[in-house]
Amino acid sequence: MMREVSIIGIGQTPVGEHWETDLRSLGIGAIRAAMEDGGIKQVDALYIGSAYGATVSSQSQIGPLIADYAGLRGVESFTIEAGDASGGAALRTGYLAVASGAVDTAVVLGVEKSTDTVGADRIAARSVSLDADYESVHGATLPALAALLMRRYMFEYGVELSAFENFSINAHANGAKNPNAMYHNLLKPGGFARAPMIADPVTLFDGAPDADGAAAVILTSREGAGNFPVKPVHIIASAAATDTLTLHDRGDLLDFEAVRLSVDKSLAQAGISRTDLDLFELHDAFTIISTLTLESAGFAVRGEGWRAAADQEISLTATLPLSTFGGLKSRGNPVGATGVYQAVEAALQLRGEAGGNQVPDAHTAMIQNMGGLGSTVITHILKS
Amino acid sequence: MLNTRKQVELQPERFDFSGKGEIYSFTVVQEPPAGFEDQSPYVLGLVKLDEGRLVTAQITDIDENGIAIGDRVEMVTRRLTAEGERGVIIYGYKFRKVLPREDS
Repeated sequence: MMREVSIIGIGQTPVGEHWETDLRSLGIGAIRAAMEDGGIKQVDALYIGSAYGATVSSQSQIGPLIADYAGLRGVESFTIEAGDASGGAALRTGYLAVASGAVDTAVVLGVEKSTDTVGADRIAARSVSLDADYESVHGATLPALAALLMRRYMFEYGVELSAFENFSINAHANGAKNPNAMYHNLLKPGGFARAPMIADPVTLFDGAPDADGAAAVILTSREGAGNFPVKPVHIIASAAATDTLTLHDRGDLLDFEAVRLSVDKSLAQAGISRTDLDLFELHDAFTIISTLTLESAGFAVRGEGWRAAADQEISLTATLPLSTFGGLKSRGNPVGATGVYQAVEAALQLRGEAGGNQVPDAHTAMIQNMGGLGSTVITHILKS
Repeated sequence: MLNTRKQVELQPERFDFSGKGEIYSFTVVQEPPAGFEDQSPYVLGLVKLDEGRLVTAQITDIDENGIAIGDRVEMVTRRLTAEGERGVIIYGYKFRKVLPREDS
């Protein structure tokens, strides 16, 4: 019998280019903030999502390093790697540990320093999440693969580039109000399609920026959550799925099968339907990911996922608010930390503490973290 | 008992492709990873082989304006990149457009 699991503390550092600080300091900062938020002195375990610790930061064994410096010496601690979905994978690991009863209280930390390399070296470092032998060796990059999806999508459905721009405009409108976001500027309508090309048709205003940051949540069993001072947020579903690592091995290029599998599993576990969701923190690394996610998750029919943005149905007060604190696009993408930022932001929404980013009457939130172009997909549903 | 001498099959099945196909999607990489700076900008494509499978590869011998979805292409062997300080060259497959007179 699995126990129900609740979030009883949250913490985050500002997202950005933190050239003045290091991986451990970011991690310690987020853990301290979460323990202070929850009024918690000690935990049993620390699970860490980090994609590029061992490569960009030249640091493996981040578990004992950060556990020690955060005052948690002795606890069970190790890193979970799943590319950009590392944070979501760490959250699921913490969820399973607490749900099983093996661990009573756990910190889930996402931490990344991805900007210590620049230019071609950073792009090569980011490309290790692709298939080394069949993609990276040909000079493929994450933006290039997103572009291959996007061009095929535009070709098959006859969609113009400008149709995608409201995903980015919405993300920046929300990120502008988030003090922890990397970008606070607004995007003007019409600029998206004219921005410099990264990988045609993916422009500078389409892809999310690589960033540094750390976020943490503290988990305990639902029955134990009442003993802590903070209003608990319950994790009512946790589901992970995989698709092929490469795009070229998929039978249907424009279907994110792992999105559909993990969303269907999570809704079944929670016993709710799509219309019960008050907001969706999806993995908006590129607008074509947002588009295909909405379609594969069942929020839009095939070929029309972009309409949710174009028809203004994704703002804080609309039908299905997306990227409510700026998403990857404006809050920034601190790679292995992103999935935990999503959990912190959804918890703020459900605690009614989202300030200028508050979604009215938010009770149920879906968060979804993705590795690659839909290869790893981890979905959680949170409820107040 | 575990038979430790049994050979593990690493290449269970071999299939030879004709090397011909068409452009299924493509992009122009303006921001290359390390090892590809000298080729940038280059065209990266998904090629739909005549046997039905997709493959990721560069489209070579072409400028970025001369390509469209559906164009016929054929495989060629090219230098992909050079690896490490000693610059060991990695060769592999790229694709180029088939000129109309050759595609008979």
